[in-house]
Amino acid sequence: MPYQEHFETIAGCKVRIMRGGSGEKLLFLHGARGASAWLPFMEALSQRFDLIVPEHPGFGGSETPDWLDNIGDLAYFYLDLIDALKLQRVNLAGVSLGGWIASEIAVRNDSALKTLTLICAAGIHVKGQPKGDIFMWSREEFIRNIFHEPRFAEAMLAMAPTDDELFAEMKNRLATANLGWQPRLYNPDLHKWLHRITVPTLIVWGDDDKVIPPAYGTAFQQLIPGSRLKIMKNAGHTLQIEKADELAALMTSFIETH
Amino acid sequence: MKFFFFHLMPYAALDPDYDKKYNSAWVTLPNSYYDPKIGHQLYNRYLDELEYADTMGFDGICVNEHHSNAYGMMPIPGVMAGALARRTKNCKIAVLGRALPLLNNPLTVAEEFAMLDTITGGRLVAGFVRGIGAEYHAWGANPAESHDRFHEAHDLIIQGWTKPGPFAFEGKYYHFNYVNVWPRPYQQPHPPVWIPSQGSRETIEWAAHPDRKYTYLQTFSPVQALARYMAMYRETADRYGWQAGPENVGWAIPTYCAETDEIARREAKPHIEFFFNKLLRMPQEMLLPPGYLSLASMQGVMAAKRTLSGGVQTIDDLMEKAIFLCGSPTTLREKLEKYQAEIGFGYLLPTMQFGTLPHELTIKSTELFAKDVIPYFRGKADRQPAKQASA
Repeated sequence: MPYQEHFETIAGCKVRIMRGGSGEKLLFLHGARGASAWLPFMEALSQRFDLIVPEHPGFGGSETPDWLDNIGDLAYFYLDLIDALKLQRVNLAGVSLGGWIASEIAVRNDSALKTLTLICAAGIHVKGQPKGDIFMWSREEFIRNIFHEPRFAEAMLAMAPTDDELFAEMKNRLATANLGWQPRLYNPDLHKWLHRITVPTLIVWGDDDKVIPPAYGTAFQQLIPGSRLKIMKNAGHTLQIEKADELAALMTSFIETH
Repeated sequence: MKFFFFHLMPYAALDPDYDKKYNSAWVTLPNSYYDPKIGHQLYNRYLDELEYADTMGFDGICVNEHHSNAYGMMPIPGVMAGALARRTKNCKIAVLGRALPLLNNPLTVAEEFAMLDTITGGRLVAGFVRGIGAEYHAWGANPAESHDRFHEAHDLIIQGWTKPGPFAFEGKYYHFNYVNVWPRPYQQPHPPVWIPSQGSRETIEWAAHPDRKYTYLQTFSPVQALARYMAMYRETADRYGWQAGPENVGWAIPTYCAETDEIARREAKPHIEFFFNKLLRMPQEMLLPPGYLSLASMQGVMAAKRTLSGGVQTIDDLMEKAIFLCGSPTTLREKLEKYQAEIGFGYLLPTMQFGTLPHELTIKSTELFAKDVIPYFRGKADRQPAKQASA
């Protein structure tokens, strides 16, 4: 199914949006590596859903607005985006950094949401459960550490990035640091308010997530009332690539049964 | 030319094989590599060397700030400056820290510097830096805010020194109802400000602004890069409509002086190589966290594919690039006279102790330099290069 790329200006910020498919609306929030390409995982979801994939302000092809200081700014931006695109009963999903943003949106206002899916999400801290230091890893270490199966990393490393791709990587790293350098990729207040989430919530994690260990999935599950946790076997942090079909099928069945 | 003896206070007893297990002498190198008893000896030895420089007629001495590393043991440089304030009598004391973006409250520096300036009767030179990238890992300060916090902290400190208090400061990162710095600095309106940097266009543009006209110090750079950055400073000043002089630019460089060129090279070799290859070792992710440089500058770095930690360097590489000055007094006089005339700096900050260089050699080199190099430049006017010379 073809997808379309367009730009929207919301809260004074021009953002790049990929959109494809039809059916229930599904807003997907990307992680620290951005969302430059329409992945097979997105193609699979677009068979059943009207899939909307924006690039966050500060990332990739989107502008960096003056107002962007912290994760709360992005949460309010997306509440504005949900209003602007008239997304009622939208299914919200986010991976990693995007899962953090999705949680921050939902604790503020989940009245426009039908479901919430958090995939290897950042946003909280569990004492004694260290996360990987993505800012200390080299590019190669980073790519190796986001997968369980080395062949995915090998394939990614085999492709030499263009200058434009390298620039996008630097821009995305800068935006991620801006939001989550200290405290590292979490909001110390978020865990106190996750009980405000009232929509059906699915939490998905890889059992070999070296960026955010699966104990964080358990913590999210305990903090969000009625949520359910699915831990995938032999899976790392980047499920949308490593477990594309399985993740798309899991999300589809979750969304369709609610 | 004015001469400032610059000490980094390295942990010279570092096990040279640490790099078989760890990729850097910074941030993640366990502090079990540090022995407090050796530290005690080193601190006192290094303070002796700084005090010796004062007695030998250096115009100033410099202390430095870095965190969680074996490269330099001065995380709180004000402690060293405080110890030196009473034991030295003549020289300026330059604190080349402080890393302003790391601070929760920059007024601590306004107070500390004002105290040092007052105790010394106005011998303080106030250094303001952003720190190197590793500091942002060690302290958890956000490198994406580094430039903005630096500028705001600087404004707060200068206003604290110059505006009658109490007044309110309403910034983005720092907000105080009562800024009222006691003591006020001895030097009025405030101590001279020096800005050490490894060469960032943003920093040079800022330092050369007519509101500031701060002395810009180039640290650890080949002489070619030095020429380029100093020309950039003067061009920026021209654009703003004022003329920068030698007093606006300085060069910090490890220096060794011995009886002959051959002796100098032989004696310095293991110690300068230890300095560059062991103590300065760090991966790019540590050196350049996101936001430490602007995206445009980062692109330049990626294009050049060069970092401080790129490859093993020998003393000959270092001397050829003139990132290390080494030789007999005659050689050093000739080189310095030539570079000064070509580049136009008015301050030289020789790091006379580097790496594992032992006390006896540090003193020998310092004495020779003080007796046979510095006097040659006394009473000699600094030269200004022709405008196109270093473009």
